[in-house]
Amino acid sequence: MSKPQKLHLSTRLNGEDVEFLCEARQSLLEVLRDELGHTGTKEGCATGDCGACSVILDDRVVCSCLVLAAEVEGREITTVEGLADGDHLHPLQRKFLEHAALQCGVCTPGFLVAARALLDRNPDPTEREVRYHLAGNLCRCTGYDKIIRAVLDAAAEMRST
Amino acid sequence: MHELQYSSPTSVDEALEMLGESSRDPRVLAGGTDLLIQLRSGARHARLLVDVKRIPEMNVLHADARTGLRLGGAVPCALVGEHPAARELYPGLVEAAELIGSTQIQNRATVAGNLCNGSPAADTTPALLALDATCTIAGPSRRREIAASELVTAPGRTVLAANDLLVEIRVAAPARGSADAYQRLIPRSEMDIAVVGVGASVTVDADGTCTAARIALGAVGPRAFLAEDAAASLVGTKVDEAALVEAGRLASEAAQPISDKRGTAEYRREVAGVLTRRVVAEAARRGRERI
Repeated sequence: MSKPQKLHLSTRLNGEDVEFLCEARQSLLEVLRDELGHTGTKEGCATGDCGACSVILDDRVVCSCLVLAAEVEGREITTVEGLADGDHLHPLQRKFLEHAALQCGVCTPGFLVAARALLDRNPDPTEREVRYHLAGNLCRCTGYDKIIRAVLDAAAEMRST
Repeated sequence: MHELQYSSPTSVDEALEMLGESSRDPRVLAGGTDLLIQLRSGARHARLLVDVKRIPEMNVLHADARTGLRLGGAVPCALVGEHPAARELYPGLVEAAELIGSTQIQNRATVAGNLCNGSPAADTTPALLALDATCTIAGPSRRREIAASELVTAPGRTVLAANDLLVEIRVAAPARGSADAYQRLIPRSEMDIAVVGVGASVTVDADGTCTAARIALGAVGPRAFLAEDAAASLVGTKVDEAALVEAGRLASEAAQPISDKRGTAEYRREVAGVLTRRVVAEAARRGRERI
């Protein structure tokens, strides 16, 4: 059997240039966690249903379990590690804490990243828009209301500053 | 997936060359939202993935009222929904594209992939059939056009050979008084697979009389198909209540559903009629605004 093809890729991850080696079969999620040590992004279902592995790829939120690492050459990736500015949490992160919008926390990085992608495009979403945009992120603990409130509150704060 | 290889050609010719290497068991990768899951589960096999997203020709998205729609094989559903002219001219196709999965999925999943995956419940397929869309297929020796209605042959199966590539989907500009619509039934408000999906395109004249109609049914047969008798029954009517009821009855009759966890055959047959009435009424309403 032939040796697995090793691909050399260059990409931008949370504003920094990174290079890595991967196999064609590896998902972006696997490489982020296991090769690049960015374990903030979580694996939930691995079939694109739960959104726990959400990352922003060139301004669009995607499930990193359904992206091959081989596809990201020259592209820009933002993970939950890229949200805070040093020690200063992103407003979404602060509001999630204030509203207790998390319990076990496995879904939280995906919600934060997906919410950030929404607010980048639409700084003043309605509750309905937030709910639809986050329909691909599943949370089995909170019942969603606190998450929706946290996102709306963060959006309001970001608009006023 | 262990011996998988990846390539990202930048032209259709280069892609076709790779797809022609049959000993490497090649397969086209567009959005990957179906394919990657199928490869991991063993439902489909490949040893070479040919990623078509870096081919400029397959990223074409153009719509205008004179030349119609050109939709490249690698264009994700989200871009279709964000395209102002596509929204304006093909509201039914946009309705279908925006129903597929979550924001995350819509940012990756393509309309062409939705068609080629061959699910009987694919949302954009009835919408494409209603619009009489054609597919430009590039093969090893030549390009050919086939009707979207002929592409899927059975669940998960298409007429495409391993070295064929769906480069582009084309739809004619809507005629005066013509418009489309798509609706599906799912048991909840988002994120599910159609129990029944119905797409329709209806053309009305200045008197409001229907001059042409196409109705396509999804998830009520092994593949999406045109309900021709139901569509023909609308022609010459004012698309009034009686005409809607008759078209719905004929659509229910044309449905060949199975019973599964999403619904019984009887339920699906009934819903096919209800959705046909609603979708035809909506397409006709939109058509009247285009007189």
